This record gives sequence, C-alpha cells and structure tokens, in this order.
Amino acid sequence: MFEAIARIFALVRKELSAILKDPQSRVSLFLPPVLQCLIFGYAATYDLNNAPYAVLDQDRSAASHDLLAAMDGSGVFHRVAQLSSIADIKTVIDEQHALLIVQIGQDFERRLASGLPANVQVIADGRNSNTGGTALGYVSTIVDNFNSNWAASHSEAPPPLRVTMRAWYNPNLETRWYMIPALIGTLTFLQTLLLTAMSVAREREQGTFDQLLVTPFRPPEIMIGKALPSVLIGLIQATLILLVAELWFRIPFAGAYGTLYVGLALFLTAAVGIGLMLSAVVATMQQAVLYAFVIIMPSTLLSGLATPLSNMPEVLQYVTLANPLRYAVDLARRVYLEGAGLSQLVPDLWPMAIIASVTLSAAAWLFRGGLE
Amino acid sequence: MTVVATPSIRGRSTPGAVKLRRVAALVRKETYQLFRDPSSIAIGLFMPAMLILLFGYALSLDVKNVPVAVVLEAPSPTATELAARFALSPYFETRLLTSMPRARQLLLAQKVDGIVRIRSDFDRRFSLGDGEVQVLVDGSDANRARIIQGYAQGAIAQFVAQRAAEGQQRAASGTAVLQSRLWFNEADDSHYFLVPGLIVLIMTLIGSLLTALVMAREWERGTLEALFVTPVRAGEIVLAKMIPYFALGMVGLVLCILAAEFLFKVPFRGSVPILIGVSMLYLIASLAIGLLISSVTKNQFVASMATLIITFLPAVFLSGFLFDIRSMPAAIRIITYILPARYYVTLLQTLFLAGNIWGIVLPDAAILAGIAGMLLALTRRVAKKRLV
Repeated sequence: MFEAIARIFALVRKELSAILKDPQSRVSLFLPPVLQCLIFGYAATYDLNNAPYAVLDQDRSAASHDLLAAMDGSGVFHRVAQLSSIADIKTVIDEQHALLIVQIGQDFERRLASGLPANVQVIADGRNSNTGGTALGYVSTIVDNFNSNWAASHSEAPPPLRVTMRAWYNPNLETRWYMIPALIGTLTFLQTLLLTAMSVAREREQGTFDQLLVTPFRPPEIMIGKALPSVLIGLIQATLILLVAELWFRIPFAGAYGTLYVGLALFLTAAVGIGLMLSAVVATMQQAVLYAFVIIMPSTLLSGLATPLSNMPEVLQYVTLANPLRYAVDLARRVYLEGAGLSQLVPDLWPMAIIASVTLSAAAWLFRGGLE
Repeated sequence: MTVVATPSIRGRSTPGAVKLRRVAALVRKETYQLFRDPSSIAIGLFMPAMLILLFGYALSLDVKNVPVAVVLEAPSPTATELAARFALSPYFETRLLTSMPRARQLLLAQKVDGIVRIRSDFDRRFSLGDGEVQVLVDGSDANRARIIQGYAQGAIAQFVAQRAAEGQQRAASGTAVLQSRLWFNEADDSHYFLVPGLIVLIMTLIGSLLTALVMAREWERGTLEALFVTPVRAGEIVLAKMIPYFALGMVGLVLCILAAEFLFKVPFRGSVPILIGVSMLYLIASLAIGLLISSVTKNQFVASMATLIITFLPAVFLSGFLFDIRSMPAAIRIITYILPARYYVTLLQTLFLAGNIWGIVLPDAAILAGIAGMLLALTRRVAKKRLV
C-alpha cells in the first residue's frame, strides 16, 4: 500500500515536471485563464452602457427636454445624433450609427399638460434582438420614472401604485456577477480535459506509454498518476480566476472557500475522467484535441453559462443531466453569489460524483483493454 | 531520380511561380489525409450538424413562462384583481401563495424566479392613492432578472390603466406612452441572431483549429522538413494546405445556410453571392491564422490553446455575436477592431436580417479582405522563414 502511494507520488512528480518544464506550455496553462477572465469579465455582459442613440425631437419643449435629459443621465445611453426628419431614421439604424431612435411627436407636451396620453416612439436595432430588447427595457424604465416625476410636479395626485423592485444576490443586476463565477468552472473544464487527453495521447503517440507499462506501475496507479496532476493544475487555475474575480472585479464572495474547492475537486475529477476516457480511445494527439472539442462545445452550450437551462426543450434538459459542467456552473454561482453551503449543494454534488466514478472506471476498463 | 530532378530545376528557373501540378498533387495528399482521419470529419461535418441542432433548439434567450410566486396576504377584491393580472400574463406562470416565508423558501430553492408581494392592507392604501407592490427577483442572472422586472412592471401598468379606464381611480395626469418597435426582428426571436452567429463559430473551428493542428503535427513529426527537400515551395505548401480545408469550410457554410433557411426559418434579406463572398474572405483569414499559429508554435498542445484564445473564444465573446460591442470598455473595443470575426458577425447579421446595407457591407468586406490578404502574406513569409 505504502509502496503504491510512493509510486503514484513519483509518477505525479514526473507528470507535473513534464507539464511545467516547457515554458510555452507553462504560459499556455496559467496565462490564458487569467487573461480570458479579464477580457470576458468586461466583454461578456448583456448590460448596456453608453449605447448610442439618436433623437428625433419634433416637440422641442421643456417636457421633451426633460425626458431626453433622463435618457442622457441614465448612463446607459449616450446621444450620438440629432435627427431632423423621419427619413433619417432608416439610415441611422441600418448603418448601425445608433442602437436606438427616440422620436417625440410635436404635441408631446401639449398632450401631457391636457392629461392625455402622449406617445414616445422608440425604434431599436433588432439584429441582436437581445441587445435591442434590453435597450427597450431600459427606455421603458426611464419613461416610467419620467411619468412619476411629471405626475408629482404637475398634479396633486400621487402615482396610484408604487412598485418597489429588489433583486437578491446581485442587487445592481450586473451580468458580470453571473458570468465570472461560472467561468471558474468553464475555463478549468476546458483546460483540464484537454491537458489530460493530450498528455496520455502524447505518450501513446511517442511510444513512451508502452515504456510506462513495463515499469512496476499497475494500470490504476498510472491512471491516478495521470489524473492527479491535471486536477491540481485545474485547482490552481480556478484559484487564479477566483483571485481576478475578487481582487480585480471586486465581486463579493458570499460562500465558504472550502465548499467551493470541495465542489471543484469533484468536478475536475469528473472532467479528468472524461479526458482519460477520451485518451484511451484516440490514436493521436490531433484526434485527442478534436474529440475534446466535440465534447467541450456542447458541454459549454448546455451548461447554462450563456443561456438559461430552463429555456431548453425538455429532452435536452435531460441530456444536460449528464454534463458535469452544468453542475459546476450552478455550484460556482451558488457558492459565490448566494453563499450556499454543502448541504444545499447536494443536488449538484452527487451527480458529479457519479459522473466522475463512471468516467474513471470506464477509462480504467478501456486502458486495460488496450493493454492486454 | 532524374525524373524528379527535372521539374525541380525548371521550377527554380522561374522563382516564385506556383506550379499548379505540384499544388494539385499536394492537395490530393492533404485531402486523403483529411478524409482518412475520423477526427477531422468529426470537426468538419459532425460538429456543424450538432451545433446547428443545439443552436436551433437548445439556446434561447427568450424569457417566457417565468415561474413567480404571487403572495396575496389578504384576498381582497382589488388585490385579487392585481394578482389575476399576473396569472393572465403569458410571460408568467404564477403560484398563488398567502404567506411570504413560503415564497422565500421557493425562491431560495430556485423553484420560482421572483416574488410579487401584495400586502394585506393593499386595498385600503390603494384607494387612498398609496398602493404598493413589491417585486423581488433572483438577480443572479442579471439579464433574465431585468427582463422579468420589465414584464412585472408591464403587468402592473396594465392593471393601473384598466382601473383608470374603469374610472375607479382618479384620472391620472397625462402620461408618456412608450411605443416601441424592434426592427428586423419584430417577433423578438433569439434564433434570428443565434443562427447567423453559429456560422461564425463553425467557420472559425474548421478554419483555424483544424488547420493549426494539422500543420503543428507536421512540424512536430518533422514531415514538413521532409516536404522541404522536395521541389515544392513554401507558398505552394501553404496553398495546398488551405484548399481542402477551405472546401470543408464551405460545406459547413452551406449546411448552416440551409438549416437557417429551412429548419429555423430565419429570414434572409440580403443577397446570397455577397454572403458567400464575405464568408470566403473570413474563411481565408481563419485558415491563415491557423497556419500562422502552427508555424510559430510547432507544438500541438500549444497550437490548440493558442487557436482557442486567439480565434475561437473571441469569436464567441468579442465578436458582437452575443454581447454588444458598443457596451464594452474602450480597451476591449479596440481589441475587437483587429478581429476578423467582428466584421464577419456584423456582415452576417446585416445580410440575414437587414439586407444589403452598402454602408456596412462595403467597408466591412473591404476590411475583411485587407485582414485576409495581410494574414496570407504573413503566413507565407513565416512558413518560408521557418522552412529555410
């Protein structure tokens, strides 16, 4: 038993030094997660700020001025053009000079003053309908606020109904808060899976795997020796991303680090299991990478990272149950934002444990088949 | 021996000239290699098909049937009417509750995405003009939360308008009424932009990842050096490597266009020749990046990582396909200007949904052509230098 541990330890040390010896691969293991986290932290957001909009103000009254001032002061929009005729609208939207056109008709103030509904027309570029829809949502809030201010200053009656909005876990509704914790799972998944699949495939391609087999190592020991370094590297990458999230983006960590690392270790074991399974069936490194992609792409898309799982058809929702990344994304978000504890995360933990044990035993079985 | 030597001498007598026969032979070799390896087929054909299905059926940003808890603390007439507004809304699937703690439990357990709380004194205070509704949402997914808040506001506004129309409430002062339209996608269907975006991903995968790996493998195994002792030139090798993958990429493109047209019924309002033309430009740029990366790294692991970071992830995150570039900070926006994917996404979204808008098509296609040309020249130079 002790000898086995000593052998595994030696193998892990050899693996780690093989991975970390080459400066190019060292850089490609630890720089990308940090860079990606930084870039995507800024880029991967559905929130709008400084979205360009153009105005066609045919009223030019105090009221229309107030409404536009509210638009300008929102921080969400910034005015890029003042149009003079309806004919201009088409070009401005078509050529993407503005995301949004606000058109205020010429009797806007008069109608407001006489207690009539006054129309504000807004046209949004729907080429990315999500962005367009979000922009319209912001405008609707601005118009609502404008209405209550107008009512407060122009009539005795207070607004008939007050709506108080509150959001749990993410009070300012920043997409970044939702994305970055999920990136901890996604980026490490990608790298550990590739790393594991390629490290075995490389040895097979170069024939050194056969040499390993004539050593006193038993197949399970070789597997653990291959799996542990990848999990360790995955955990280091996760730590780097966590540091960027907390220190750079200042997203408050609500949970316990121990909980997050327990979950991540389980998740990375599942990812490494997939990588090992893959490496047992491929012949070359090229195949390892390409098949890894064939796995990574749908796993990412079906993880709930960018689009909600609940929007998927029921059949596919069942498919996602076999996707370890789905649980990791959920777990990272819940620990990070909601401060969920281990007991609340059981629904995420046990499926990952099952996936890990299934993939690891499948890999062991496939390896043994290849050896004999 | 002399048979081999003769064309090489002739080849050298006209330096720089590309010999079609040699290129054709190399293309044939590459094509065999491509088809013999099941993993290239997996990326070239299986992956596009799978992505088409996933994008078409799995990904959607539309928010519908949101589960919300409506907490009606006292079943008075007005409060019940307001609760009914939520129940009737096509956007919500309401669960009517009478106490707040139970609703909180549901929100914690993620059984509902939001809580609408109507207090027990709602009727009395509403008649005094001081009604209050609390809307509490799970904010983790900010995008979804914002949309849910908007829907809730809409349902409440409808309730107020109806009360005003019935004369139950003092006529409010004039209100600004928002009339909004979403051009190019009136039905607000997220497939309209997801499916064109998919084309970018597939072209990037085939163009960059596959070629980067193929070339890196030849470097790793030294077979490229072996090619060098034959009469073929660097430019010819580059060309021969590109042609089969170019063809594979075009097959992927056709698959995507057919799926967009017939499976997902995404409107196509531009012209097909322009679409194919700009796609070729993008594919050339991607292929050149793939070859360039592999010539520089000469290692399959590093090449695949580099391709991922330089081409694939930016195509997802920085191209404007999902996230609006105009909302990104200036430093990130500047990076997007050098990415071919950015121009290709704009072109695709415009050609599919808006039509041939020359103010966008011409400049973006020109920039794409410029990038492709520059990358090609660079690839040829790097490959040559590495070979000699």
